[in-house]
Amino acid sequence: MDLNIMGDLNAPHSMGTTIIGVTYNGGVVLGADSRTSTGMYVANRASDKITELTDNVYVCRSGSAADSQIISDYVRYFLHQHTIQLGQPATVKVAANLVRLLAYNNKNMLQTGLIVGGWDKYEGGKIYGVPLGGTIIEQPFAIGGSGSSYLYGFFDQAWKEGMTKEEAEQLVVKAVSLAIARDGASGGVVRTVTINSEGVSRKFYPGDTLPLWHEELEAHNSLLDLLNAPGPEPMNI
Amino acid sequence: MSKTAIDVPTQGGFSFDLCRRNDMLSKKGVSLPSFLKTGTTIVGLIFQDGVILGADTRATEGPIVADKNCEKIHYMAPNIYCCGAGTAADTEAVTDMVSSQLQLHRYHTGRESRVVTALTLLKKHLFSYQGHVQAALVLGGVDVTGPHLHTIYPHGSTDTLPFATMGSGSLAAMAMFESKYKEGLTRDEGIKLVVEAICSGIFNDLGSGSNVDVCVITKGHKEYLRNHLLPNPRTYVSSKGYSFTKKTEVLSTKIIPLKERVEVIEGGDAMEE
Repeated sequence: MDLNIMGDLNAPHSMGTTIIGVTYNGGVVLGADSRTSTGMYVANRASDKITELTDNVYVCRSGSAADSQIISDYVRYFLHQHTIQLGQPATVKVAANLVRLLAYNNKNMLQTGLIVGGWDKYEGGKIYGVPLGGTIIEQPFAIGGSGSSYLYGFFDQAWKEGMTKEEAEQLVVKAVSLAIARDGASGGVVRTVTINSEGVSRKFYPGDTLPLWHEELEAHNSLLDLLNAPGPEPMNI
Repeated sequence: MSKTAIDVPTQGGFSFDLCRRNDMLSKKGVSLPSFLKTGTTIVGLIFQDGVILGADTRATEGPIVADKNCEKIHYMAPNIYCCGAGTAADTEAVTDMVSSQLQLHRYHTGRESRVVTALTLLKKHLFSYQGHVQAALVLGGVDVTGPHLHTIYPHGSTDTLPFATMGSGSLAAMAMFESKYKEGLTRDEGIKLVVEAICSGIFNDLGSGSNVDVCVITKGHKEYLRNHLLPNPRTYVSSKGYSFTKKTEVLSTKIIPLKERVEVIEGGDAMEE
């Protein structure tokens, strides 16, 4: 096809993304938007970029969808074996190190940045960033994806040590919605995963429930209103 | 012995050397031969009690319609089917290969195949070829864990969705799904929506055309509706057919005998060793 858009559709599937990991005084909160795009086309508007590695460790994926999926599939497989051999849950550090190992050893093949977060009984809630080159950084909070560039200043100002669970969750939702508002490659809904000693809880914030920022307009169901209005019948064969 | 200057890969795997060479050649203006592509509309959705897959039937080779009634819904397992878009050879090869692996796996385990198994085998293959196997797939089926629908991209990434579209007509088809899909559709509503989505691809996308194929998979049962709808009948053909009233006349006949070009001489010495 000569049309420009076809070239875009054949482009590798990538996640122009906003992903976040934040520690608080008892665990971690991971957050992500839900947009997956091929060039200019939104291939999936409700994707789940926060992937389970073990019961107590999750990973936020950004960059090439294929690459980040293959890494998390391998790490999940290795951690299953590791958990059985160890007879107890894997630590966040081990999980993050496996991610690093794959990301670093195959750095020439991979285009993906990951944020590993979870809770274990030895070190509590921990966040590890594994960016493009395959280094590993333990951080109190980590941000990633194309939307993260809009958030550095915000996190420098808003992140505080010893937040409560609710404060941390609100911070993550606010940050992702701010990035969605400014970054064209991020969008859809906000998903969060909170991990602490009590386990894991997932939350889902639809796009029309997110806070409105500068010059944003309230969501309207204009398309559905239009369909319900009397008009010409849709074409049938 | 001195070490060789070039790093020789010690392990097996696909060599991408020629892919790089081809990239270089095409940058220098050498045009590569075109493949048979299925500029396609393929869709799938989950309804009340299973999965419905749909596809158009046009195969193209550049601007030429190479096949007006091809099959794009491929068999994977008795309970799993897969729509293919992209290079026809690749979608055919990859689905055939995985369906044979699934058959062997069923003989080994004695259990019905699962959709995730097919998904993992497909994505593993596509990822290892780094997008050079140009197959974009919509995989659907019903197994012991319920109905499943997945999309698989040529680079090996996968999505799990309640409704999915792929191919060059995916935008037209997705427009129908986004405006009309809801949870818990009945079988008839589901088929109607799939047909509408494929039709919008057929009529609005140049790469898609001809007829609509549908496949309905429910628990323990499937129905392959080949050419479920024929919205493009051959109107230009006379319904009575054509006949030529007069045989072609023979105006003249002239037979020219073959001339002998080589002279054959008998005799001479026999060849000896």
